[in-house]
Amino acid sequence: MLVGVGGQGVVLASNLLARAFLEAGYYVKQSEIHGMAQRGGSVTSFVRRGGSAGETVHAPGIDPGQADALLAFEKLEAVRFANCLEPGGLLVSSQQEIIPTTVSALGTPYPESLDKLLDETGANVFLVDVMDIARKCGNPRVVNVALVGALAVHLEMKTDIWERAIKATVPRALEANLAAFRMGMDAAHKD
Amino acid sequence: MPVGGSVLLLEKVLLSGNEAIARGAFEAGARLVAAYPGTPSTEIAEMAATFKEMYTEWSPNEKVALEVAGGAALAGAWSLAAMKHVGVNVASDPLMTMAYMEIEGALVLVSADDPGMWSSQNEQDNRYWARFAKIPMLEPSDSQEAKELTVEAFKLSHEFHCPVLIRTTTRLAHTRCPVTLQDRVTVPQGPGPGEKLTLIPERTVMIPANAKRRHPVVERRLEALAASADKSPFNRIENPDGPGPAFITSGIPYAYVKEAFPESPVLKLGFSYPLPMGLVREFVAGRKEVCVIEELDPLVETELRAAGLAVTGKDRLSKIDEYSTTMLQKAFGLPTPPVRTPVPGLPPRPPLLCAGCPHRGVLYALALQKAVVLGDIGCYTLGVMKPLDTVHSCTCMGASIGHGHGMEKALGPKVTSKVVAMIGDSTFFHSGMTPLLGVAYNNGSSKVVIVDNRTTAMTGHQGNPGSGFDARGNPTKQTDLVALVKALGIDDVTVIDPYDLKTTRAVVKRVMESDAPAVIISRRECALLRTALRRPPAVADKETCTACGICMKLGCPALYKVGGKTQVDVTLCNGCTMCVQVCPSGAIKEGETQ
Repeated sequence: MLVGVGGQGVVLASNLLARAFLEAGYYVKQSEIHGMAQRGGSVTSFVRRGGSAGETVHAPGIDPGQADALLAFEKLEAVRFANCLEPGGLLVSSQQEIIPTTVSALGTPYPESLDKLLDETGANVFLVDVMDIARKCGNPRVVNVALVGALAVHLEMKTDIWERAIKATVPRALEANLAAFRMGMDAAHKD
Repeated sequence: MPVGGSVLLLEKVLLSGNEAIARGAFEAGARLVAAYPGTPSTEIAEMAATFKEMYTEWSPNEKVALEVAGGAALAGAWSLAAMKHVGVNVASDPLMTMAYMEIEGALVLVSADDPGMWSSQNEQDNRYWARFAKIPMLEPSDSQEAKELTVEAFKLSHEFHCPVLIRTTTRLAHTRCPVTLQDRVTVPQGPGPGEKLTLIPERTVMIPANAKRRHPVVERRLEALAASADKSPFNRIENPDGPGPAFITSGIPYAYVKEAFPESPVLKLGFSYPLPMGLVREFVAGRKEVCVIEELDPLVETELRAAGLAVTGKDRLSKIDEYSTTMLQKAFGLPTPPVRTPVPGLPPRPPLLCAGCPHRGVLYALALQKAVVLGDIGCYTLGVMKPLDTVHSCTCMGASIGHGHGMEKALGPKVTSKVVAMIGDSTFFHSGMTPLLGVAYNNGSSKVVIVDNRTTAMTGHQGNPGSGFDARGNPTKQTDLVALVKALGIDDVTVIDPYDLKTTRAVVKRVMESDAPAVIISRRECALLRTALRRPPAVADKETCTACGICMKLGCPALYKVGGKTQVDVTLCNGCTMCVQVCPSGAIKEGETQ
C-alpha cells in the first residue's frame, strides 16, 4: 500500500512498482483513487501481486490490517495508515512532514512526535531522508522513485528488472531517476 | 498511458479498466468516441484519443456526447459514448428514445458508477438505466474482461440494433492489470464516399405513429436478448460442486467473492441484463442457499425473488457504499484478521484548493462580502471547507444559477442580495448557459461568477469549448465567453484577474450591490496547468510577522506557521502573491527573480 499527499507522485510510484512486478513475471493489480482526492488531500494506492506460479489476484484493494508493506511519502500519513499493515509489517516512510492546512489555518493540534507514534505501531519501520537524495540528484521530482528504491531492498527482485521498469515508467528524466533509485536502496541499507 | 495503435500484439500490458474499454473500442473497429470528462470515466476518451483510427471528442455535455455517438450509429458507424454515472442522467433524454430506434451500426454507452462516492455527489445505481431503457447491459470484473466485453457490446448492439450499456464502477475504472492486446478488425460501417446515406423514417423518426410501432419491437427484443444472455460465454458457472453458500454476482463484487470464497459455487454474470433466467434456474436448482452479491441496490435479488427463486442478499449486506473482501467474510461469519485501531486524534488532511489556485482570490473576496455562494460541480466547491467556508450548495452541473434564480423569485431580491452563483468555465458550457438565459428572460437579477481557469481542472485538465484545444490537443475555435454571456442577455459582464485582490474585491462588492443581473468572469489559468504563470515563491519575514493570522484566512497549503509566525513552503508556492496582498504588516513579500 502506498500513501502520501496529493501531488507527491504516489500514483507514479505505484505504476513503477506494478510494472516491476509485471516485468518479473507476476500477475499484478494496481488500484488508486483520484478525483477530489488529488487536491492536496491524503492519497492511497494499492499494488498487489500474485504468487510466483502466476496466480491471479482478484480484489483491487487491500483491506485494513492485511498489507505486507506500507510505503509512505509523508510521515503523518505513515502514522495515519499504519493500521492497514499486517502485524509487524514493513513500513518504509519518507522523513518528510507536510503540515496539513487543518493545523496551520484552523489550529488542529499536531502530534508531538510522529517517530514515537510510528514506534508504537509495532511495524518494522524504516525512515528514509529522500529530500536529501532529491537535493543530491538536483531534482525534487525523483523523491517517489527514491522511495521505491528504499522499498525495493526488501522485495528481492533483480536490479535489471527495476531498471527496465524505471525506463518504462519515467523515461524522461531517466538518469536522475536511476540515480535516485540507487540512492534510495543505499539509504535503506544503512538503517 | 500507452500510446494507441503501436503495440506488439498478444503482448500483456497494464491497462486500467478505462484504458481497456478504449482499447476494446479500437479493436472492435469503432470509428467514433464522444464523452464529457467525469471521474471515474475520464480516461476512456483520453485513451481513445490516442488512436488515430477513432475520431474522439469532448462534447460540451453528456447529452451531446450520446447524441453525437447516436447519430454516427444511426448512419451505420460503430460508436461509443462515455460518461460518469450522473452524466447518464443528463444523457437520458436521447437514451430513452434511441432505445426505440433501429441502430444501423453499433452504439455503446459506458456508465462509470461510483459506489462509495469517492468523487461524486450521489451513489446512484445505473444498472437501473438498462432496465429503464430496456437495453442490454454488460458488467466487467477486470481490465481484460472490460476489453472483451467492449468488443462484445459492439457486436450485440449491431446484432440487436439497440444501444448497449457497459456499467463499470470506480474500482474497475481505476485498477490496472495485465491485458492481452489484439489487432483492430475492419468492419464495414455506413455508406462510403459516393454512396447515399439512407435513413428509414419508420425506424428513425420517433413521431408517435412510428414510436407506437417500435415499442413492441423493444419488448420482443428484450426477450431475444434474454435468450442470448443465457448462451453468452460471459455468463458462467464456476465451482458448481464447491462447498458452502453459492453466489450470483457481477462486476467488481465478483472479485471480492472469489477472494472470500475461492471454492464456492459462483454464477458470474458478465452479460447481466436482461438476466439469463435459464442459466440462473439451472444454478439455483437443488442448492440450499444462493446469495446475490451486488453493490448498492438489490436489483438482481429483487428480480430473482419476483421470479419465485428464494435467493438472499441484502439481508446480510448493505445497500450503501462499496464492498470489500473483509465485508463479505464478516457478513458470512468468517474470521477476519485483527485490525489495530487507527491512531486517534491525528489532524485530518482533506482535499483543498491548491497553492496558487485562482479560485481562492474570488472566494476570498466573496467571503469578505459575506456572500452566500451557491457552488457547482468543480474544484471551487472546495470553498465549502474552512477557512474560506463560503460555498453553501452543490447539486449537479449548472444547478448553481437555477438555484439562485429560484431563491430570488420566491423570496425577493432583497432577501437574496447576498446570494451569488459560482460555476466553472467547463461547467458553464455544459449546463450553465440555459439557466443564465432563463435569468435574463425572466427578469432576474442573479449574480454569477464564472471561474474561468481555461480548462476542465477537477478531472485532470481536459479541453472544453473555451480552452482553445480539442480532445487530441489540437488547436480549435475558442468560444468568446464575454460575447456568449452578453448574447444570453446579461449586459453587466466584468472580467477580472483573481490574483489582483483589490480589483476583485471592488468588482465583487459593486456587483453584489447592483440591482441588475451581472456576471463576473474570474479569469486565470489553473495553477497546475503547464502554461500557468509561475513567479518566484513569496518570502515571509519572521521578524516583521505579527502573527495576526490574516494570511491564513486564504487557506493556502503553501502557508504554515512556526511559533505562530507565517512561513512559506517554497516547493508549493507558485508566487500568486495573494498572501503578499493581504498581509497588513508587509511581512510577506514577493519573491525576487533570480
